Amino acid sequence: MQDGGSRLMKAIVKVMLKEGVLDPQGEAIRHALGTLGFGGVEGVRQGKVIEIALAGEDREKARAEVEAMCEKLLANTVIERYEIEVE
Amino acid sequence: MHAGVIEFPGSNCDRDLAVAFEAVGARVSRIWHKDTGLPAGLDVIGIPGGFSFGDYLRCGAIAARSPVSRAIVDFANAGGYVIGICNGFQVLTETGLLPGALMRNAGLKFVCKPVGLKVVTADSAFTSRYEQGAEITIPVAHHDGNYTADPETLARLRGEGRIAFTYVENPNGSLADIAGILSENRRVLGMMPHPERAADPAHGGTDGLALFKGLEAVLEPA
Repeated sequence: MQDGGSRLMKAIVKVMLKEGVLDPQGEAIRHALGTLGFGGVEGVRQGKVIEIALAGEDREKARAEVEAMCEKLLANTVIERYEIEVE
Repeated sequence: MHAGVIEFPGSNCDRDLAVAFEAVGARVSRIWHKDTGLPAGLDVIGIPGGFSFGDYLRCGAIAARSPVSRAIVDFANAGGYVIGICNGFQVLTETGLLPGALMRNAGLKFVCKPVGLKVVTADSAFTSRYEQGAEITIPVAHHDGNYTADPETLARLRGEGRIAFTYVENPNGSLADIAGILSENRRVLGMMPHPERAADPAHGGTDGLALFKGLEAVLEPA
């Protein structure tokens, strides 16, 4: 952090399909891993990671803000769940 | 009947949808996604197929948060008629106007072919010109048409007769073979198949035309 400069926080949002929601892409990856000779792959789930650069220093406030972003846009809570990390 | 057809960046069935509305005598206004207001006197809004905003994040997710979508939600909540086809169906689920979600096809492949549909209910403006239980042929063209919903939602859709169309042979893994569903007030329809692509003899079939005729009969009574 530079002197006098605004500080940046990074929020990392992980979005995954909920348990019980079939993940055809994960299944395809599992099959492909088997084809490549990787044994013992019992299951694969595919999700996405979203990194958000945030101005400010208040991590709690940032977390609440990112949670609102997840509810409103980043995740479809009908089928997806999300995890938030702020660093 | 005054129909509004929404255009998002990446919509590609907007013209076909407008032509289908015009084929049954509708006046059509094309509405750009940045418009915050709708033309006065609209009877029905059509949200067309395509790849709005490149399908980024999730199909229909960005479109559902664009300014015009707020106006569409208000229009529907005030009792307006809305039809969302393919990407339009995805947009409608993302706005929450219709329950459930559309996921990647179970076979992971883009499916583009005419499919058989069963008309599950004739009790809506969209389906009133079909015979309940009839089998019709309408093309699908999608990668993410695998409808899903929790068991309570499915039970409710069934109990309230809100499943409009089911696939005769499921092309995408969709829950309960669902191809299209209605809102609680039966004035919002979302469907993956493209009735506007079966609305003229030159399309190779005209089974979709009755949907637009049904709307016209309700919205432009003779």
